[in-house]
Amino acid sequence: MSINEFNISKLNHHKNRNISLILGVLFFSVGIIDFYLNNYFNTNITYFLPRIINFFTPLIFGVIGLHLIRIEFSGIKILDSLNKNINTTNFNAALSVSIILLIIFGLPPLLNWLILDANFAGNTKEACTGGGACWVYIKVWFNRFMYGMYPNAEQWRVNLTFIAVLVFMAAGFFAPTRLRNYLSLYYVLILPIISFILIYFIVSGGSFGLVWVETGAWGGLSLTFMVSFFSLIFCFPLGMMLALGRRSDLPIVKYSSLSFIEFWRGVPLITVLFMSAVMFPMFLPDGTYVDKLIRVVVAITLFEAAYTAEVIRGGLQALPRGQYDAAKSLGMGYWRMHVFVILPQALKLVIPGIANTFLALIKDTPLIFVVGLLELVGMLNLAKTNPKWLGFSMEGYVFAGIIFWIICYSMSKYSQNLELKYKTDR
Amino acid sequence: MKLKKILPQLLTLLFIILVFGFFTMNAQENMGARGLEFGFGFLKTQASFDIQFSLIDYDGSHTYARAYLVGLLNTLLVAFIGIILATLLGAVVGVARLSPNYLIRKTASFYIEFFRNIPLLLQIFFWYFAALRALPMLEDAPMLLNSSFMTIKGLYAPAPIWTNFDVFFTTIITAMIIIFFFARYAKKKQEQEGKRLPVFFISLAIFIFLPLLTFLIGGVDLSWSYPVIRQMSQSSYTFDGGLKIPPELIALTLALTLYTATFIAENVRAGIQGIGKGQKEAAASIGLTPNQVLKLVIMPQALRIIIPPTTNQYLNLTKNSSLAAAIAYPDLVLVFAGTAMMQTGRAIEIVGITMATYLTISLCISLLMNWYNKRIAIQEK
Repeated sequence: MSINEFNISKLNHHKNRNISLILGVLFFSVGIIDFYLNNYFNTNITYFLPRIINFFTPLIFGVIGLHLIRIEFSGIKILDSLNKNINTTNFNAALSVSIILLIIFGLPPLLNWLILDANFAGNTKEACTGGGACWVYIKVWFNRFMYGMYPNAEQWRVNLTFIAVLVFMAAGFFAPTRLRNYLSLYYVLILPIISFILIYFIVSGGSFGLVWVETGAWGGLSLTFMVSFFSLIFCFPLGMMLALGRRSDLPIVKYSSLSFIEFWRGVPLITVLFMSAVMFPMFLPDGTYVDKLIRVVVAITLFEAAYTAEVIRGGLQALPRGQYDAAKSLGMGYWRMHVFVILPQALKLVIPGIANTFLALIKDTPLIFVVGLLELVGMLNLAKTNPKWLGFSMEGYVFAGIIFWIICYSMSKYSQNLELKYKTDR
Repeated sequence: MKLKKILPQLLTLLFIILVFGFFTMNAQENMGARGLEFGFGFLKTQASFDIQFSLIDYDGSHTYARAYLVGLLNTLLVAFIGIILATLLGAVVGVARLSPNYLIRKTASFYIEFFRNIPLLLQIFFWYFAALRALPMLEDAPMLLNSSFMTIKGLYAPAPIWTNFDVFFTTIITAMIIIFFFARYAKKKQEQEGKRLPVFFISLAIFIFLPLLTFLIGGVDLSWSYPVIRQMSQSSYTFDGGLKIPPELIALTLALTLYTATFIAENVRAGIQGIGKGQKEAAASIGLTPNQVLKLVIMPQALRIIIPPTTNQYLNLTKNSSLAAAIAYPDLVLVFAGTAMMQTGRAIEIVGITMATYLTISLCISLLMNWYNKRIAIQEK
C-alpha cells in the first residue's frame, strides 16, 4: 500500500490496519510515558504546550491512540477482544484511559507504602525507618488487638469457647435422623443456653479452678466475635417469636410485635447502646448491678431481633399456602404445625438473610466503644494514644480494615452462593 | 375455641403491663432517690455549654431546647448532604457496573466490594484520624481554585454575602411553581393535541432567567467573602472571613457517602437488570430514540424496583449519621444524648427524646418514599 492510498478519514479501516496500529500504539505509549515521567521523574516532555492542554495530554494522546486502533474485523484476535471490551466508543476509550492512568498514579505508591518500603522486622518503634508502613506496630500489639486486656496465660479459654460453640453448631448437621425433627428447637432454644453456660463458666471463669476475668478486660477481635456471635444466637429465638407474632391473627399479639419491631428498626444502634448504658440502670431496682457486657449484649440482641424477625417473616411468607393447609388437615395444632412443618422449611430459606444480618451485626459491633468496651477498633484507638507508639493510626486502621474486609467479604460471598443455590431449588 | 384466642392475648397484655409497670416503678423510685422529678422543664433552662459547629445562632446562654435544635439541624445537614451525594454516586456506579467496558465494570465492582465490607465506624475513623490529619497546616496550605484552602483544620471556602436574599429566594420558589404548572399544562396539551412542547429547555430557561432578573431589577446583589490568612502569634494562624467547613463534617459525609453509595449502586444495578430485554427491544422497534427508551420505558420500570430498597438505605444513612458522636461532630447524639445528659443527669427524658426524634425522622422519610413509590407504582385496574 502506497502512501497515496492512505485516507485520513478511513484511518481505522482494516485496509490501513498496520499504519493505524503503529500510529495508535505510538500515541497511546506517548500518553502513558508522558504521564509516568510527569509523576515519577518530574520531567515533562510536553512542556511546550499550553498549561491547560499540557495537563490533559496523557488523556488526549491515549484516546487518540485507542481511536486509531479501533479497527473492525482486524483479523487479530487480541486486538478484537481488546476493542470489544474496553474500546467500543471514544467515550468508553476516554474512561478506559482515565482508569489506566489512575492505576499508574495510585498503585505504585500504595504498594510501596504497604509492602516495599514497609518495616517488618524489629520490636520497637525505632525499627521503623523507611517511608512505608510500620507493621512492627501491629506485630507488637497483635495480642492486644486479638484479646484486649485478657491475661495472656488465660487466652486458651477464649479459643476453647469459640471452638466448642462451633462444634455445637456443627453438631446439628450430623444429628441422627431420629432427632432431625427437633433440629429447629435445638438451634433456637438449646444452643443459646449452651453458649451462655460456656461463656459464663469458661471465658468469665471464677469456678472449677479457673481465674475470674472481669468483662472489662475482654477486648479485641475476640470480643467483636463474642458480642456479634452471641447476640445472633440469642436474638434468634426472640426474632422468631416476633415474626410469628407479627403474622398472628390475634390483634394484641400482632400489634405489640409490630410496634416492637418498628421501634427498634427506627432508632440508631448508638442510641440503643446509650440507653443500655445510662437509661437501663434507672429502670432496675436500686442496688442491682448488671454487668456492662451483659447490658450491651441484651441491647444488641433486642435491636437485632427486630431485624431478624423481618428476615424470618420473609421466609414464612415465601412458603406456599399448601404447606399450612396440609399440616392443618393432618390435625396439627398451631405449635406442632410450626415446629415440625413450617419452621424447618422457612429457616432453611432464611439462612442467606440471617447471614446478611450477621454481617451487618459484625460491622456494627465496633460501636460498643460508646459504653467503654474495647473491641478491635476500640483497641486501635487506645493503642494510638500510647505515648511510645504515637503516629501509627494509619497502619492500625488499615490492619483492622483488612481483617474486617476478609471476614465480611467471605461471608457475603457465602450468603450469595446460598441464595443462588436456593433459587435453583425452587 | 374462644379461650384459645383470648388466652394468648391476655398473657401478652399481662406481660407487657408487668414489664412496663416494673420499669416505671423502679424509674420513679430511682429518680426520687436522686431528687429528680420526671419532666421536660429542664429544656427551658440555660445550657451553658458551647457547640463547635452550628447552623443557627447559638452560645452557652441559650436553652437546652435550642441546643437540641442545633444538634438536630446538624444531623439533618449531614443526612441531607449524604443522601444527595450517595444517590448520585450510587446511580453512576450502579450504571457503571453494567457497562460494556471491562475496566469500568471491574472498577465499579471493586469499589462496591471494597467499601461495603468495611465497618462504617472504621471508615469514619480512617478519614478523620488518618487521612484528614495528613493535610497541611493552615500556613502551608496551597490555594485551590484561587479561593479555597484545604487544611488540617477543615476546608476554608469563599462565603456568599447576599443583599436582599429574600427576594432572590422567593423568585426561585416562584420559578419552581411556574415550572410545575407549566409541566402539567404541557402534559395536558400533549395528551389532547399530540403536540410536544420542549418542556426541559423552557423550564431551564425559566429557572435561570427569573432569578437572574432579580439581580438587574430586584436589588439583589451577591459578593464573596474570601478567606484570608492572618498570623495571630509566632506559630499560630487563623483565617478571616469565608466559610469554614469543619473536618468532622467532611470525614463524616465522605464516609457515609462512600459506604451508602455501594448499597444504592447494587440497588440500581438490580433495578436495571430486572427489566426484560424485550422491553428495550420493543421500545426501540416502535421508533423511540435511545434517550426516549431510557426515559419512557426503562427508568419508570426500573425505579419501581430501585426505590423500596433505596428508601431503606436513606433510613440507614440517617441513622448511621449518629456515628458522628465518635469523632465529635456535634450531632443530635453528641450534643443532646452526650453533653446535655452529662450536665442534667436526666437520662430517661433525654434518651427518650433522642430516640423519638430518630423514630420521627425515619417515619417521615419512609412515608415520603412510600408516597413517591405509590405514585410510580403500576396502575392496575
